[in-house]
Amino acid sequence: MRYEKPATAKEAAGLLAKEKGAAFLLGGGTDLLVKLKMGMVEPDLVVDVKHIAKANEIQTTAKGFSIGAAVPSARLTEHKALQKAWPGVVEAANLIGSDQIQGRCTLAGNLCNASPAADSVPAMIAAGAKAVIVGAKKRRTVPVEKVATGPGQTCLGSDELIESITLPKPGPRTGDAYLRFIPRTEMDIAVVGVAVCVTLERGRVKTARVALGAVAPTAILVPAAARALVGTSLDDEALEKLARACSAACNPIDDKRGTVEYRTRLAGVLAKRAAKIAFARAGGKS
Amino acid sequence: MSNATLVSTVVNGDAVQFACPSDESLMTALRDRVGLTGVKEGCGTGDCGACSVTLDGQLVCSCLVLGVEAEGRNVETVEGLAQDGQLHPLQEQFIEHAALQCGICTPGFLVAAKALLERNPNPNETEIRYALAGNLCRCTGYDKIVRAVQAAAKDMRKAKRR
Amino acid sequence: MTHDKSYVEKDYKVVGSRVKRPDGIDKVTGKARYGADASAPGGLVGRVLRSPHPHAQILKINTAKAEKLAGVKAVITSADLPDLTNGDQGMAHILENCMARGRALYDGHAVAAVAAVDEQTAAKALKLIDVKYKKLPHVTDVDEAMQPEAPVLHDNMFTRGVEPAPTKPSNISARTQMGYGDVDAGFAEADVIVERSYKTEQTHQGYIEPHACLASVNPDGTAELWVTTQGHFTFRNVCSTLLGLDIAKLKVTSSEIGGGFGGKTHVWAEPVALALSRKANRPVKLVMSRDEVFRASGPTSSTSIDIKMGAKKDGTITAAVAEMRYQGGAFPGTWAMLGCMTAFACYSIKNNRSVGWDVVVNRPKVAAYRAPSAPMAAFAVESTIDVIAKEIGKSPIDVRLKNVAREGTQAPYGPTYGPIGIENTLEAVKAHPHMRAKLKKNQGRGVACGFWFNIGGQTCVDLNIGIDGTVNLNVGTVDVGGARSSMAMIAAEELGISYDDVKATIGDTASLGHNDTTEGSRGTFSSGMATIFAARDAIGVLKQRAATMWGIPLEDVEWQDGQAIAMGDMHSNLPALTLKEIAAKSGRTGGPIAGHNEVVADGAGMGFASHICDVEVDPETGRSQIVRYTVVQDAGKAIHPDYVEGQFQGAAAQGIGWALNEEYIYGDDGRLQNPGFLDYRIPVCSDMPFIDTKILEVPNPNHPYGIRGVGETSIVPPLGAVGNAIADATGVRMTHAPMSPPRVLSALDARDAG
Repeated sequence: MRYEKPATAKEAAGLLAKEKGAAFLLGGGTDLLVKLKMGMVEPDLVVDVKHIAKANEIQTTAKGFSIGAAVPSARLTEHKALQKAWPGVVEAANLIGSDQIQGRCTLAGNLCNASPAADSVPAMIAAGAKAVIVGAKKRRTVPVEKVATGPGQTCLGSDELIESITLPKPGPRTGDAYLRFIPRTEMDIAVVGVAVCVTLERGRVKTARVALGAVAPTAILVPAAARALVGTSLDDEALEKLARACSAACNPIDDKRGTVEYRTRLAGVLAKRAAKIAFARAGGKS
Repeated sequence: MSNATLVSTVVNGDAVQFACPSDESLMTALRDRVGLTGVKEGCGTGDCGACSVTLDGQLVCSCLVLGVEAEGRNVETVEGLAQDGQLHPLQEQFIEHAALQCGICTPGFLVAAKALLERNPNPNETEIRYALAGNLCRCTGYDKIVRAVQAAAKDMRKAKRR
Repeated sequence: MTHDKSYVEKDYKVVGSRVKRPDGIDKVTGKARYGADASAPGGLVGRVLRSPHPHAQILKINTAKAEKLAGVKAVITSADLPDLTNGDQGMAHILENCMARGRALYDGHAVAAVAAVDEQTAAKALKLIDVKYKKLPHVTDVDEAMQPEAPVLHDNMFTRGVEPAPTKPSNISARTQMGYGDVDAGFAEADVIVERSYKTEQTHQGYIEPHACLASVNPDGTAELWVTTQGHFTFRNVCSTLLGLDIAKLKVTSSEIGGGFGGKTHVWAEPVALALSRKANRPVKLVMSRDEVFRASGPTSSTSIDIKMGAKKDGTITAAVAEMRYQGGAFPGTWAMLGCMTAFACYSIKNNRSVGWDVVVNRPKVAAYRAPSAPMAAFAVESTIDVIAKEIGKSPIDVRLKNVAREGTQAPYGPTYGPIGIENTLEAVKAHPHMRAKLKKNQGRGVACGFWFNIGGQTCVDLNIGIDGTVNLNVGTVDVGGARSSMAMIAAEELGISYDDVKATIGDTASLGHNDTTEGSRGTFSSGMATIFAARDAIGVLKQRAATMWGIPLEDVEWQDGQAIAMGDMHSNLPALTLKEIAAKSGRTGGPIAGHNEVVADGAGMGFASHICDVEVDPETGRSQIVRYTVVQDAGKAIHPDYVEGQFQGAAAQGIGWALNEEYIYGDDGRLQNPGFLDYRIPVCSDMPFIDTKILEVPNPNHPYGIRGVGETSIVPPLGAVGNAIADATGVRMTHAPMSPPRVLSALDARDAG
């Protein structure tokens, strides 16, 4: 296995393009090293993105935030402006594993690992995040919900990597929240994850985005769930409708972490709870 | 050892060089090549925290870091906790509170607790419990560990005021 | 010299205090050396190839390619471990469990092993070993394995304990029955009869340190083994038998042990490492990965249990019947028998009967796990007692007290109890402030009791006094959680010297006589007894030396508070001689001063505990959170209260993990789905509240200090306590452990559906 640490995204893409064997990107390594240990992958090349200067930055722009691919979750928490703008995204990123994992894991890595249960992905989707993808020849920007195409599968070409994740500047009276269900208090993979982002107008939901994790082959955006909220001030009826829409959108599997029935049921339960938090964060009073 | 890479790093304040294959974890490199067996392997997959070290001050599981990534970095392990024969307050209080039984998880807990107290010198019980959730202990039920961390935090705050 | 084992009340100076453990500094500085922390010159790395199939015939193993790989020094299969067990069936099963012989019996069963110059080469070599399997039908569920159509694991296994003896082989290795009285008559007397069926899933001890050893065999048949174990003497005996070595020529050293809980009482990797070393003529280090630990060490049984109990309106239990099915993994065990022995042991029930079925399935061979078999039985019985209490409208504690076992009660498994502490623990629970703490919405409170026998056994201790008067105590039971401290305290207490003047060490197999494995909560009881006797031997010598130094008869010398006193008017001018003074002169008064003791420590005192658990159940997700927990247990005598509390808390935490989330999950393919700490969910720090403890001391009459074992009992009550708390919070009776969120939620649904 060769280990390379390019200084630019372009250089990284070039290394990937040239490699004939199995090439892997290394961000925080919290998924890749597990797969190495378990013998699930045998890389010929590992490209470490942490030496790409830009990948280590959180930039605040007029349009919002740009989070470098190598920025670990722990640094998101320390970023006051980001925390204030997108508390749901930050809390989701903070649910990935322990403090030890937090010191390494990245939003981009969480996304590229393409686990349907990735905690940060539904939150990013609800927030309208985009991935800036660099290839050997071209750059492109893709909405986060389009990146994963199936469990462990992404839309990235063999010469492409994510350079950064962008988050828009939240409009006024916008709030987001992410909740997941796990059997313990920490350290588990989400059985179900729900992210809700709402923008209010005169006390009612003007726009909403609802995303679910761990209930389908990828994290999914659920427009019907969003519609259940729009125009309401989160009354019980709206919440019930939201829960039903979320449950209806579920297409989960039975596995060691949860059954189809349980996941479907909990998607609705958590959606209601997450919506209430997002609503309150947006300044809503119910 | 095929395709070994020479890595220059600083471990517990000392300049250290070791050669390791590029797919070897920092945990294995520290244990087998640097000889720091206080870094424990409980799982090798980031689930137990027994191999916790800090990398440039950041708490990590050394099993989830490649050895080659330590190039030019600053690594601290449990072996670096005591200074000049003086135990760290956390070490003192772990012994005082009987916060260890078998002791295999202790190095990881100490490194993680030190990282916590450097960030937050006065954590409440809940904060301690969540900060240490990445460190598994099967002997103690965590009771005496949490109490030891609380006591050490108090000692450290007192020492700072002096 | 024989010593009196009986309890004598006394005032303690050292025992009962909270001194610092002698191995503390090594363990907080990273210096302590555990199983994987040793290395040897020229050492090789060992790795094991494991069956991916739960049940298969092994048609052929081709190791040629692996052997040819550069850096590979040995490849072994069962052919390199010839059967030397000489008709000992139990030993033959251990051998076959260490290395499959023509058939793989569970996912993870070792099939071959390699020793190579490094980890990478060893891993590569494993992939070059070609094993041809013929898959066979498998069974992993205990109830299914008992069905007549189930695939049979051993065609030479005929159920023992059944009349007439079966003519067809089955997966049921044995039927056990015990109890007394007339249960039919007892049920006829009852005002209420409750019947319930329970299931518990398989759990693992979950020690954080994986199995690890360093083996070195020489061509002359001498060998050394460094290993993380609860019983290095037992390991020596077993490995010697399996490898054909002379017992005295195999030296086994127990490393620091990173948790055992019963799981390090059996050999798995050690005979393999020795065989690899023998073939390679180099030392071999073999360390299990975490997934190997889960797949191929010794978890505890999964069970299926039916309970029927009848009671009068006043709470008197008139009859109790248990039918219990325990799987022992791929090889027969006596786990159901232990379940039978413990099920009703907390109570005095006039008519009781327990029937146990020991069953084999395609899972790893079960090993002991802290009070093995008792927690499952207690879950069933303690839950059922709460149902009875509810039906007759009495407090669950009062129903327990009404039927509590006392001195003179006959245990269901035969013997009559001496002084025991179950009643004391229940009274202490009743009086505990925890019982009056206010419960919030969705919270409930449960109480449950637990019993464990505790054992004694063969023990050998050496005590050597240095010329400066400091004492080296060499103990042969392993220090799993602070025992060196307790042993040093006991030696200091007996000799009348300072704790700081005693250094306790765990001796290797070449330095002491045989010591039974440190299991059954026997460490402090047995080695404590042997230490007292060794110290008394040493005091005998010290008195003699003092008599010599003074030139007076031995009868005139007494030992008090660490010094020899010359008794009688004739010697009143002789100042006392301290241990240090006598030791300093020992070279001129007869040589080194030592005490020694070998003993079969019998008369272990039974352990009883009662727990209180408060739980909060999320009605929408079925998730349960422990909000308050209290352990009350009888320790006989707490030598070092900190470490006694630690045992209570740790045992309770393991029981809570079992009650809530821990379970082996097998797929339809018979493979373990969750062999890691990510999905085998042991409690993390944020899952737990502080665990309050109360140590009771009802002296064990068969130990000079009144010691009972304390390590295991408190894993027994939590399943019942948690289940009873959930029932109190929700009105729902959980009968399947772990009581995980999906199980609780579906029980809540069933309640709501009426």
